[in-house]
Order: sequence, then C-alpha cells, then structure tokens
Amino acid sequence: MTSTTDNLVRMANQIAANLQHEPDVPKAVAEHIRLFWDPRMRRLILEPHVLGVSPDVAIALDQLRDES
Amino acid sequence: MTYQPQSDFGTPAATSDAQITLTIDGRTVTVPAGTSVMRAAAEQGTSIPKLCATDSLSAFGSCRLCLVEIDGRRGTPASCTTPVEPGMVVHTQTPRLQKLRKGVMELYISDHPLDCLTCGANGDCELQDQAGAVGLRDVRYQPVETHLGQAKDQSNPYFDFDPSKCIVCSRCVRACDEVQGTLALTVQGRGFGSKISAGIASDNFLGSECVSCGACVQACPTATLIEKKVVEIGTPERAVVTTCAYCGVGCTFRAEMRGEQLVRMVPWKEGKANRGHSCVKGRFAWGYAQHQERILKPMIRGSISEPWREVSWDDALAYAASELTRISNKYGKQALGGITSSRCTNEETFLVQKLVRAGFGNNNVDTCARVCHSPTGYGLKTTFGTSAGTQDFDSVEDSDVILVIGANPTDGHPVFASRMKRRLRKGAKLIVIDPRRTDLVRSPHIEAQHHLALQPGTNVAVLTAMAHTIVTEGLVNEAFVKERCDWDEYQDWASFVSEARNSPEALEAITKVPAADLRAAARLYATGGNGAIYYGLGVTEHSQGSSTVMAIANLAMATGNIGRRGVGVNPLRGQNNVQGACDMGSFPHELAGYRHISDAATRALFEREWGVQLDSEPGLRIPNMLDAATDGVFKAIYIQGEDILQSDPNTHHVASGLEAMECVIVHDLFLNETANYAHIFLPGSTFLEKNGTFTNAERRIQPVRKVMTPLNGYEDWEVTQKLAQALGLDWNYTHPSQIMDEIARLTPSFAGVSFDRLDQEGSLQWPVNESAPDGSPIMHVDGFVRGKGKFVVTDYVPTDERTGPRFPLLLTTGRILSQYNVGAQTRRTDNVVWHEEDLLEIHPVDAENRGIKSGDWVRLSSRAGETTLRATVTERVAPGVVYTTFHHPLTQANVVTTDYSDWATNCPEYKVTAVQISPSNGPTEWQENYAKLQSSARRIAKAEAAE
Repeated sequence: MTSTTDNLVRMANQIAANLQHEPDVPKAVAEHIRLFWDPRMRRLILEPHVLGVSPDVAIALDQLRDES
Repeated sequence: MTYQPQSDFGTPAATSDAQITLTIDGRTVTVPAGTSVMRAAAEQGTSIPKLCATDSLSAFGSCRLCLVEIDGRRGTPASCTTPVEPGMVVHTQTPRLQKLRKGVMELYISDHPLDCLTCGANGDCELQDQAGAVGLRDVRYQPVETHLGQAKDQSNPYFDFDPSKCIVCSRCVRACDEVQGTLALTVQGRGFGSKISAGIASDNFLGSECVSCGACVQACPTATLIEKKVVEIGTPERAVVTTCAYCGVGCTFRAEMRGEQLVRMVPWKEGKANRGHSCVKGRFAWGYAQHQERILKPMIRGSISEPWREVSWDDALAYAASELTRISNKYGKQALGGITSSRCTNEETFLVQKLVRAGFGNNNVDTCARVCHSPTGYGLKTTFGTSAGTQDFDSVEDSDVILVIGANPTDGHPVFASRMKRRLRKGAKLIVIDPRRTDLVRSPHIEAQHHLALQPGTNVAVLTAMAHTIVTEGLVNEAFVKERCDWDEYQDWASFVSEARNSPEALEAITKVPAADLRAAARLYATGGNGAIYYGLGVTEHSQGSSTVMAIANLAMATGNIGRRGVGVNPLRGQNNVQGACDMGSFPHELAGYRHISDAATRALFEREWGVQLDSEPGLRIPNMLDAATDGVFKAIYIQGEDILQSDPNTHHVASGLEAMECVIVHDLFLNETANYAHIFLPGSTFLEKNGTFTNAERRIQPVRKVMTPLNGYEDWEVTQKLAQALGLDWNYTHPSQIMDEIARLTPSFAGVSFDRLDQEGSLQWPVNESAPDGSPIMHVDGFVRGKGKFVVTDYVPTDERTGPRFPLLLTTGRILSQYNVGAQTRRTDNVVWHEEDLLEIHPVDAENRGIKSGDWVRLSSRAGETTLRATVTERVAPGVVYTTFHHPLTQANVVTTDYSDWATNCPEYKVTAVQISPSNGPTEWQENYAKLQSSARRIAKAEAAE
C-alpha cells in the first residue's frame, strides 16, 4: 500500500470510530466517504489489497463497492 | 467623501424606551430618558463647547467648558453630566456662560504651546476648535510655571505622546479603561502635578502594558497623542469607509487619505462590528501595503531552481493558461486544482472556485478554512442546519454567562474581546476552557469564575462531562428541547451523556480537570441566565474538532441557549473572510450557500448560469491534493492569497507535494514561502486597492472599498478573470458588484444582497432574503434552519497522537496580538517590535528538568520533524504542555506538526503534537537548508535592457 492509502485507511477508521453511535455504523461511514471523498480517494481505498480497516469500515467499503 | 471629522454627540446614547421632551435654546427636542443635556443639544444640532466629553466614553464633567444654564436651577451645571428632565428649559449660550467658558479656555491655553501652525494636529484639533468656539482672542496670564517643554515619548512605533500639549482631560485614560479594557494609562500625581502616565513613572508607552489599540489616540482632543503618520504626512483631506483585512471581527475603518496616500486608519464609529474601536493591527499595521518586498510585476520560471524572470501580464497569463492546458491534456483535468483565500473578498473567492469548477472542469477547490474552521462548517450544519455563528457581536451585551473554549480573543480577536470584557466588568460570569492560562482568565477587573485547564485533546470529554452534569442534575431546559429539537435524538443523547463513564469524576483522569470545578462550571452555564459560548481554533484544530463543535451545539440546545440575544454558539473566525470564503463555495464538496455538489437541482442552477456542465463528485481537499501530488497524479495548482507551506501542517509533506507539481501558480502580495516552489507568480493587490466585500464572524457582509490604485495594476478579481479569459472562458465582469449580483442570483441566503444595498445599509447579515429582507442578526429565532435541532452523540475518541518516552510533552500552537497568521503582513510592519520571533512557552517544572532558562535556544522535535527557537519559561502553560506561535517562516512551527486531522473534515490537529524539548546551540539542519532554499528561490533575474 502507498502512504496515501495508509492515510486513507487511518481516516476511514477514524470516521468509523467517531460514528459509533449511529444506528447503522457502516452505512454512516459509507455515506460520509461518498459525500466528502473525491473519486480517486474512494477508488484507492476500494482496491482489493487494502489492509488494516476496521470491521465497520470493511462493511462500508463493501457497500461502496456494490454501488460502484 | 471630503474630509469631515466623525460626528460626536458628547456622551453615549441612552437606550430607554421612555421619551423626555425639553427645550434647548428655544427649540423643543425629544430624547430617550437618561440622555445628557449635551447629547440632546447635539441631536437637535446645537454644539455645546466641550473638551473632556466624547460619545464613546461615559460623561466625566471635568473640563468645565460645557456649562449651561437651566431655568429654575442655580449655577451653571455641566451639560455632559446633567440628564434631561421633562419640561427642562436649557440655555447653551448666554453672556454669563460665554464669560465662564472663555475664562476656562484661557487657563487651558495659558499652559499650552502656541505652535498651531506647525502642530501636527493643526486643523484637526478640538482644543483649537473650542478656543475659536468660545471666542478666545488673547491670554492674559504670563507663564510662570507651566508644563511646556516636557520631553515627548516617541517610543511607540505608531504614535507620539507629547505631554506639553496635554490638558489632562483623562479621555485617553478613560478610553483605555472603558473602551479597550486594558487599564494601561493613569493620571499620575495631583493638582498641577497631574500627568498622564503609561504604567509606572519609569515606563514609556512601548514598555508599558499599552496594547496600541489606538483608542487613546482617537480620544485625545489635542495633539498630545497623535499618529506619527499625521505628523509625517499632514492631516487627511478625504475619508473612505472600508473594512479591515485582518481578523474575523471585521472592523470598519475610515481610510483617511491625502490624494492616494493613506494617512491613517480610524475606526468608524458607525461600524456595527467594532462600534468605533480597533486593535493595533487594523489601526496601525497597514504599512505592508507599500513594503519594498512587495512584488509588483508578474514573474515566471521554467523550474524552481531557476531565478524568476519578470514578464508582462499578458505573457504571464498566457504562460499560465498554456501550462494548465498542457497538464490537463496530458494528465487529465483532475490533475488541476485551486485554493481560495480567506484574505480575499467574497467576489474574488467566488471567482476562483468558479474558475476551478467551470474552467478546470473539476471540484478540486479548497480554502484555508480547511485548516481552521472546516469543523465549524460540518458541526453547525449537522446540528443547526447552517454553517455559521448564531449571534451578532452586540448580543454579548445581554450575556450573563460567557463560556470561552479554545479561544484567546484578547490576542486573536481583540476588538470583540474588549466588548466581551466590558460586559464581564459589568458582572457577567466567565468560564474559560483552555490548556493555557490566557489573559482572559485574569485581567484588570476580570477573573474567570472557572478556568478548566484541560489536557490538550480532551475537549469532547470535558463537554460531555458538562452535559452529564446538566442532564443528571436536572438542569436541562426540557421545554425548549421539546419544542425546538428532535426529542428522540435528545433522549438518545441524554441517555449517552448520563452514563457513569461520562461523569466528570470518571473523566477526570483523562481531562485533568477537577470534577468539582467542572460540575460547578456546568451548573453555572446551565443556570446562570443567558449563556453564550465563544470558541476558536482550540476547538476545531483537533482530531475531534467536528465532534467538539457538535458537543458545544448540544450544550446550547440542552440549556435553551439559542435563538435570542445574549446566548448562542459563536465561532470566532481567524481570518477576515473565513466566513465568506466558506459561504462562497470554496469547499470541494459544496457550492455557494453550503449546497452539496451532488445535488442535481443546485448544480443545474449553476450550470444554467455558467453555461457548463459541472462534475457531480466532490473534489480534493488541500491535504488530499498534496497526497495526490506526491502520488504523481495532481500536477497544477492556482493558489490565491494563501501560504500553505508555512500555514499548513507537516511542512515536509507540503513541500514534497508542491515540489512534485509541474505548475504552481502563486497569486500573492509577496514571494511567500509557498512561492519557493512556484513557477508562476501573479502579483496581488491589497485590501486598500480593491472593491468587494468581506463577511465577518457574525455573518456580516461589509464593503471593501478601493482607496488607491493597485500598485500591481489589477485588483485580484481582475487577475482571476484574465486567467479565465486566457483559458477561453467568456467572463466579462467590469465591477465586483456584478459578481455579487451573480452570487445573489445563485445563493438563497444572499438573495437580497447587492452593493447598492450595502452602500445604503452599511452592512447586512445573511441570510438576507424574502423571509429576512433586512438580514438576520440572530439566527434560529423561531426554529432551526434544519427544522428540529439535532442532538448528536459525541463519544470521546482519543487522538492517535500520543506522548511517550521519546516525545513526552504536548505542543499546542496559537497566535499573539501583534502578529497575524503566517506574519506575511504583520512581519512587514513595525509590529515586529512586539514580536521579533516565535518563542516556546514552557512550564518552569519542565524547563528545570531539562536545564532550560528563558532566552535559551531549544530544539523542538516531534515525529514529523524538528526546529529550534528560543524558550520563555512561564506558568501560563501547564506542566507537560508547551506552546508556540507560527508567525515566522524560519522557525516553521509546522515542521513539527503532524498529518493527524479532524475525522470529518481533515482539519489538521495543530493543537496536539507530542514533542520533546532539549537545549540547542543552533538551527537544525532543516532550518539551515531551508534558509538556503529561501534565498535561492527568491532570486529575480535582472530584466534585459530595452533596445
């Protein structure tokens, strides 16, 4: 992974940590990423070899993959 | 307009609803109860002679010049201290009064130098005017013992104090007390020995506690306190009202001119943001506009290792357009982006974001608010429905409890701080939540009831613990919550904050705030009457910046402190037009008026107006642009009025991002630090050289008026337009008012704004539309913009930045009064006498453990980098915490700050960096290399001689 992708993973995990009280955490994480990340950032974190995402983020990324 | 002094009614306006009718010199006048006879006379057009009275200060009654006769009363009372009464019959000009006044004036003049013709204030001197008004034609007294010939105090860089011209009217002392609130001046001695003194007898103005706000100079009725520029240039001959280009308070000034030369900036008494007050920056620190280092000709170079080459505007713009086109064609349009400036006008920022969206064809536009108040945008939009403070500044006059968190208004927003302090001196209670013991915690006649000196990075924990106290002790305003907020969301939030783990006692280990203090502060905020929260970058520049903003909003809603005067949630904006830059659609995910780019209806509106199709996807934020640049996919940037190399975190990362780009266009006044990596430099214009508007922290849109021709040839909006034209865009604005008209057409909250209306009204606070045709001083009065107020659960999530054996201290950064942001402007003024360099504040215990004394050079290192600077040992910071400013490029405090950022917005976590401090005997390798780079990057090749 590139340092950019590491950074994106950290950001995504941070988003999930701060949205833990949402009724559907993965959905809220996916929505946040959809609203605020540019397409390239989304593309990078959706690449298959990305490691280190939290379980909520992993589900959120699956949701984003399904949409793309 | 032709020069006229500002009107002066002698005493402040009364605010009573009861009206009193009286007769003055045979004419009937009706005024509010509590009005002085002097003011009532002035309001009917009768000017009673005066010297110690001015309407910015309480009546004093010392000069004995404003005497009047009142039917049925004995003697000749002072009109300034005599309130009107029903049926009162007043005579302002009688032979008896004439004789008395002439006698008084004769005494004043007998001890005053008769050098009017060569005096700096000749023609602009109240003493001179009043001598004429009372008909003084000669002085019978022979000088025996006088105050003449006393030495001038010229220590202050901006004004002189000449005691030989002083009449000891105390206006300066009272201005320092009442208006500024510093209480630096006093009348020393008694009787004939009375003299004005700055501090103790051995002090001069520069060495005293004087903060050079200029209130004393403005209040002085003689030439005793006078601007050096007036002495040097002469008195002004015209005045233009405009808006300050420093902080987010948005003070309005009269730029007082001779021809195109600025003589002085005088705070405009009718200005609704500053109410006639100023600070050292706005009042005096405008010399940068003519500084010799200003770049006035466009420059280009093929690579950053080459010297700059001056070229014509046409050549520079053609080159910029060709490079942008080349890069777009080669790498794709997503390889381009731009940064708007919070120092530029609304119209200029609007054009830059339009250039990116409509010209570059993407949404890669961001603004410096990314690194300051982007969490305010996210947090307040989520909870209240719009991204703005809820109050006007006047509102603070009705506050009973003022909670200041993560802000140091005394230094950062000094003019508002003075108003806040005035309210505190009148009895409002104060809570300060800040790791540092800021000046506000204890200053003359002010002492915070509670100073919660929290551990940096624990804002959310502190606010949640306050919420716990309010909810569990039954202090919630349930009626307000039920009527105005989503009740289900409230209950979820209340249940969360009530958990034992969120009690002040449970969180004390994390916050380092004693639970009892925190509970007492929460009770005071909830029950003390009108509670107002003011916050700054100590809230936003954290990994939980957005959560903290929402936690603040939660507290305000839970206690019903929203929707009326005296309460509210008030972000203190850093730069002059942070609010405006955000309003204008500078963020990559939203168009003007905070509407998301994915919203098809909003996009269609802009597409129709602009005649292009817009990208529906959010663009890159500044840190993401830099990441993309180092990844080799982001190649060109147009930066207007920002210095990201100095202001943004992790300087190494910023530098490598810029270095990786093929075309960096810097549009600025000076060759700033970012320009070290630039290929094209477009000279900018100052706020004195352009027309437009700024929007301050209270959503107040105010005119910026051109008082002189741009030295570089063009206003900044013209330069952006020319770049757009060079790229083939059909833009043909001939005045910024047309840009504002376009903004109004496209932005519902600006629908009623135009330059004509601003000229008529002076200023307007958005939203200005059909529902609020005259603007909106207070927001969310009858309901929240989003409908029901939204409570958001804000769990405390510790930052990833941790202290440890290698980096055991926490660094937090900020600013000081005399300097502004990266210092590009203020370092090029005489303000450097107060702050020549960035200093590191360190607690005595931490200093002693490291063998460090005040004045020692120290090495400040973090996981990101290291720099050196000098230390000052102080108890203003708590043990374990160090603090510095970021005003000087060779210190580069941001070499040390990290890439950690707010979870929602990527606002950098400037306020928490784990560091180590150690003694040092010189600059770091990075500093030495940077100094060389800076010197090399600023070389300008000599132009070839014309044949």
